[in-house]
Amino acid sequence: MPKRTGAQIIWECLVHQGVQTVFGYPGGAILPTYDAMLEYPVHHVLVRHEQGATHMADGYARASGRVGVAMATSGPGATNMVTGIATAMMDSSPIVCITGQVPSKMIGYDAFQETDICGITLPITKHNYLVTRVEDVMPAMKEAFHLAASGRPGPVLVDVTKDAQQATMEWEWDPRPVTMPGYRQEVPVPEKAFAKALELIRTSQRPVILAGQGVIQSGATRELIEFAERLNIPIAVTLLGLGGVPASHALNMGMMGMHGEAWVNHAIQEADLLMAFGMRFDDRVTGNPATYAQNAKKLHVDIDPSEIDKNVKTDAAIVGDLRATLRDFLGVLEPADHSPWLGHVNGMRGDAAVRDIQQLPDDGHLYAAHVINDIWRLTEGKAIVVTDVGQHQMWEAQYYHHESPRTLITSGGLGTMGFALPAAIGAKMACPDAEVWVIAGDGGFQMTQAELTTAAQEGVKVNIAVINNGYLGMVRQWQEFFYDRRYAATPLRSPDFVKIAEAHGLPALRVDSRGQVEDAVRRAQASTDTVLIDFRVEQEDSVYPMVPAGADLHKMIRRPGPSVLAETGADPL
Amino acid sequence: MHHTLVALVEDKPGVLNRVASLFRRRSFNIESLTVGRTAEPGISRMTVVVDSDQTSADFVTAHLYKLVNVLEVEDLRAVPAVSRDLALVKVTVSGNGRSELLKVVDETRAHIVDSGEQTMTLEITGEPPHVDAVIQRLDAFGIIEMVRTGRVAMRRGDTVLSAAR
Ligand SMILES: Cc1ncc(C[n+]2csc(CCOP(=O)(O)OP(=O)(O)O)c2C)c(N)n1
Ligand SMILES: [Mg+2]
Repeated sequence: MPKRTGAQIIWECLVHQGVQTVFGYPGGAILPTYDAMLEYPVHHVLVRHEQGATHMADGYARASGRVGVAMATSGPGATNMVTGIATAMMDSSPIVCITGQVPSKMIGYDAFQETDICGITLPITKHNYLVTRVEDVMPAMKEAFHLAASGRPGPVLVDVTKDAQQATMEWEWDPRPVTMPGYRQEVPVPEKAFAKALELIRTSQRPVILAGQGVIQSGATRELIEFAERLNIPIAVTLLGLGGVPASHALNMGMMGMHGEAWVNHAIQEADLLMAFGMRFDDRVTGNPATYAQNAKKLHVDIDPSEIDKNVKTDAAIVGDLRATLRDFLGVLEPADHSPWLGHVNGMRGDAAVRDIQQLPDDGHLYAAHVINDIWRLTEGKAIVVTDVGQHQMWEAQYYHHESPRTLITSGGLGTMGFALPAAIGAKMACPDAEVWVIAGDGGFQMTQAELTTAAQEGVKVNIAVINNGYLGMVRQWQEFFYDRRYAATPLRSPDFVKIAEAHGLPALRVDSRGQVEDAVRRAQASTDTVLIDFRVEQEDSVYPMVPAGADLHKMIRRPGPSVLAETGADPL
Repeated sequence: MHHTLVALVEDKPGVLNRVASLFRRRSFNIESLTVGRTAEPGISRMTVVVDSDQTSADFVTAHLYKLVNVLEVEDLRAVPAVSRDLALVKVTVSGNGRSELLKVVDETRAHIVDSGEQTMTLEITGEPPHVDAVIQRLDAFGIIEMVRTGRVAMRRGDTVLSAAR
C-alpha cells in the first residue's frame, strides 16, 4: 500500500467523491492540505471571505443536487463559516466544510487560532467530526459526504488537526459503502399510516397540496404533477418549493404564506385537507398557528420524523422519501373530481385586481416588480435566479415565474443577507451552461460584494441586478407598518455600484427608468463578463400582500388605494 | 408528569455534549440525565427523565434519533419497567436525635454509610417517589448535604433493549 499523509487522504477522498470544485481560503492550520492540493485534479476557488466559500458551496449544491465543498483554516477561518453553515442547515443544503485545527496536543490550551469549531457548529450542522489521527481521516470524510447528501440533507463539518494532516499511513481507498449504526435512513411506512392517509385523501372535498423543497430534493416533480392532475387538486408552494412545480401549470396557485398570493392563503384557510409534501410549516407559512387552516385535516409527508407534529398537529403522517410515497399513492389512488372546489379557488384569483403589471403605463417610476418581471420575460423564465434577502427577494418570488426545479436559489430559513452573490458564483460553477442572475438589494449586496473579485478572478459569468432602493427595504417596510414610520437605521447610503464593478474590472450599467430595463438586461446577457446593473428603483415601495408576523393567515395587509402596481405576478406569456 | 426515555449511544468523545446541546437548543425540560457504561463495549446508556408537561417525549425521541451517535431510544411509558434513584444524604444528629434517626433508617430501608461526630450519612435507594418520601422525613433532622443520581430504569421481564447493529 502506498504511503499517504492525512492531507493527501483528504484530497483522495474528495476525488473519490467526485468533487471537482472546492471553495476555500488557506491559513496556518490547513496549510498541509493546501500544499497537497497541487497534486490533485480538483479546482480550488479562492474566495474573499470564508462566508463566501460556504455560500458558494451551498449555491453549488442547490443548483446541482451534488454536495458542495468549502475549506478554511482554524480559528477565524472556521468562525467565518458559521453563517454559511447555519444557512445551509436551515435550508437542508448538502455541504461539507473542511477546517484545519491546531495540533492535537495543543487543543484546549488556547493555542494561536484555536477555536472549538465543533462545539460552535454543533447545533448548526447535521453532524461534525474532530479528526485527530490520520487513520480517522477517510472514515470521517466518507461519512461526511454520506450524511450531507442522504436523508434530509444538511451541512457536515470535518475539523482536522494539523498533525493528523501531516502524519502518514499506508493507505488505500476503501470502496465499501458507509455503515453507521446510529444513522437510520428509511424506516418502512406502517400500513395503518398509509391507510389513514388514503382515507383522508379519498374523503376530502376541498384539498390543497402544500409543496415544499422536499419536492425538489426528492426529485418528485413528475410524480407530484401526476398526483395533482389525477386527483384534481390545487397546489400551493413554499418559497423554497418554487420551481418544484411549473409556475404555468394550471393547478399551481403560487406561493403561500407571509407574502404569498391572497387567494392562495384564502384557499388554505378554507381547505378541508392540507397535504404537506416536503415542507415544515414554518411560521412564515402558517401565520398564527392557532387559526391556521382550522377546518383542514393535515396529512404530512416528510423525510424527517422530527418535523411531524412539530409546528402543526397532523391527522396522518408518512415519514419517508416523497417521491417513493407519491408513487405508492399513485399505485392505488383512482382519479377524483374536485371541480366545484377548483372553481371556487379559481374564482378567488380575480381578487388580485390588477395582476398584469405589464399592462400598466410607464409613469416614469421604476418599480422593483417591473424590473424582476422584465428579467423573467427576457430570460424566458429559464435562468437560475439567486436572490439575497429582503423585499427584492419576495418580489422575485412573486414576479419571476419558475418553471423547473433548482432555478430559484434563496436563503429561506435563515434569511441570510449577503447570500446571493457567492451562492450565484457557486451555482454557475455547478451549472456552467445556465444563465445565472443575482437579484440582490443594495444592503445585502454590500455584505459580500468582495466576491466580485472572485468572479472576476475565476472568469465566472453571472448577471447581477442590484435592486437599489436606498433602504434596508424590508426592515423599512416593517417600520412603516408596525413602528409608526420611524426609520431607525434603515436609510442606506451606498457606494457607486457601477464604479465598484468597474474597479473589479467588470462592466456595469445604471438604469433608472423602465424604458432602459430591456436594453440593459440584453447587454448583460450578451457580455461574456459578469455584468452588474444598478437598478435605481422606487424607494419606499412595499411588498404586498403581507401577513404580519404571527397574524392570522387570512388577515393580510393589502396594497392601499387604487393600485399603482399589481399585487401579484403577471400571467405567464 | 415525568416521562422516562432510555438511549443507547456510541461511547465516543462529545456524545454527552451532543445530547446536552440538543436539549438546550430545543429548550427541552429535563428532570434528570444519567450516563453510564453498558454490558456491551463501546456503548453507553443514558436515562433521560423528561418533564412531559413542557416537552413532548415523542419530540425528544425524534430528535434523539437524529443524533448520529444515538443507536436506540426506548420510551419506558410503553412497557413495564423498574426504576431506581439513589441519594446520599448527610444529616445532623445530636443527643437523642440519633435514636430517632435510627428508627427512620429502619423503617425506610435506608442504609447508614458513614457517621461523624455530629452527622450521619445515609444511602437511600428505590423508586424515586420512595426516595422523595424518605428525604422528606429526614428533613426534620436537618439535611446539610445531599446528592441524587437521578433515575435509572430498565424494562421488566425477559426482553432487553439492545443496540440495533
Ligand atoms: C445578515 C443579516 N442581517 C440582517 C438581516 C435583517 N434584514 C432582513 S431584510 C433586511 C433589509 C435588506 O435590505 P436590502 O438588501 O437593501 O434589500 P431590500 O429589502 O431593500 O430589497 C435586513 C436588514 C438579515 N436578514 N440578514
Ligand atoms: Mg434596499
